[in-house]
Amino acid sequence: MNELSAWERQLLIREKDRPTVNDYIPLIFDEFYELHGDRLYGDDAAILGGIARLDDIPVTVIAEVKGRDLNENKKTNFAMPHPEGYRKALRLAKQAEKFHRPVICFIDTPGAFCGIEAEERGQGEAIAKNLMEFMRLRTGIVSVVLGEGGSGGALALGVCDRLAMLSNALYSVISPRGCASILWKNAEREHEACDILQITAEDMIRLGVAEEIIDEPNGSAKHDVYKTGENIKEFLVKTLREIFKKDIDILLEERYTKFRKIGEFSEG
Amino acid sequence: MLEDLFKNVTKRFNGNENQETKPVNNNKIPDDLLFKCPRCRNVIFKEDYMAVNKVCPACNYHGRLTAQERISITVDKGSFRPFDPDMVSKNPINFPDYEQKQKALRESTGLKDAIVTGEALIRGIPVVIGVMDTRYMMASMGSVVGEKITRAIERAAENKMPVILFTASGGARMQEGIISLMQMAKTSGAVAKLGEAGQLYITVLTDPTTGGVTASFASLGDIVIAEPKALVGFAGRRVIEGTIKQRLPDDFQLAEFLIEKGFVDMIVERKKMRSVLSHIMKLHGYKKREDR
Ligand SMILES: [Zn+2]
Repeated sequence: MNELSAWERQLLIREKDRPTVNDYIPLIFDEFYELHGDRLYGDDAAILGGIARLDDIPVTVIAEVKGRDLNENKKTNFAMPHPEGYRKALRLAKQAEKFHRPVICFIDTPGAFCGIEAEERGQGEAIAKNLMEFMRLRTGIVSVVLGEGGSGGALALGVCDRLAMLSNALYSVISPRGCASILWKNAEREHEACDILQITAEDMIRLGVAEEIIDEPNGSAKHDVYKTGENIKEFLVKTLREIFKKDIDILLEERYTKFRKIGEFSEG
Repeated sequence: MLEDLFKNVTKRFNGNENQETKPVNNNKIPDDLLFKCPRCRNVIFKEDYMAVNKVCPACNYHGRLTAQERISITVDKGSFRPFDPDMVSKNPINFPDYEQKQKALRESTGLKDAIVTGEALIRGIPVVIGVMDTRYMMASMGSVVGEKITRAIERAAENKMPVILFTASGGARMQEGIISLMQMAKTSGAVAKLGEAGQLYITVLTDPTTGGVTASFASLGDIVIAEPKALVGFAGRRVIEGTIKQRLPDDFQLAEFLIEKGFVDMIVERKKMRSVLSHIMKLHGYKKREDR
């Protein structure tokens, strides 16, 4: 059981020594070849893509990349993708579909980048297209939230058959800071917003958004990155074997239903 | 008040489209009788603004319509049949003051949530239509908006009908937490289904369409139309200005900017909208009800 509050987890996942996807890839996959570019505009280092081997299964990997130091973060834009990042993700997902490889997405972003060029190149359209195309992608998709699951920028890699959260990871429609500044006109009250928004792994299970929580040993992934990597790998292998047993049309119907049934309303 | 609005709307539709409006000179007129254009700052009498379907006579900014106004100027008279008119959202994450806020808005607007969906005829052609209304929590998308859009699209897919959505939104509805975010995936999935059913999907982006709505069903139209000078974007202006530490140009994220960047098919004026929509539907093989 994770006893930390949402705010404590928020602080923890922002720590500079929190492991990133670059720490996990060598621990989870036997081979990994990075593939670059969206074939339309450029290559966005905030999203990493490639082909890899998981146990004996060829897979496509798509991941948002937090930097481990300032230099890396400059390159990866603090894991805030531009449209070309999402379009690279879609290109690689379609490639995976062609070769009947499952897609594994690692989510770890404060959100899609908000800037002039991102708007000019259609940030909204890029995310929207991913939501629609991932929903009907004819191969299995498994996503894992490693740290921050920031809004639409996270969801763009989050339309999947199974979603897992690392035990301290968060997933939210708005940053707690943004919520606090709208609600109380005071961004400094983000810790209060954090607890209101219901953004923890346990919340995601209860609300039907995630299916599994992956344990971070000794309270935080950084305490044992090897064991965390092993736990992620174990989840992925088990889940892929489960998904492989399903007819693809049934899998797609279930994927649609997973999202279709989320919503709380009453009628008259 | 609302009924008066409707009279104006109807009058306009009966051919008063080119009515002249007079500029305002008197500084002593109470503010609530005036409309100040958010694009060009031109000030006119609200009555005159209403009489020209809320289009700024100085700069052609197409202002925000209520869902009822939009429906009455878009569909054939008396043809609108609402879907799911009584659907209301719960408070899934017990967000503070959410219920009270909604109660007050339901009373002041007569709406149940930020979208009205239904079936109607446009120049005789049956269509599924949805209209968002910014008076209701900036037309943010929570469970009700997501569910009503999804149901409307699923019905159209099943009955082989085209879908036209008039979008306007501040984005996902914070008060429903992650449930709101998931409506983006849900509605985009429904659009995929409509595509598989081979049916036409038109989105009309109206002022303002932003955030999670831009990043889902609004951007996915087979044909994407925008109204003149509508603000359309993913990130809010102020957020971007905060990031880059400078003021953005006035035309940033307007419909005219989007068409230049390649994200909108056409900009259509309100007075031509019915005509354009009906012709596009006909080009896709949809027929008038009596011709079928
Ligand atoms: Zn104007």
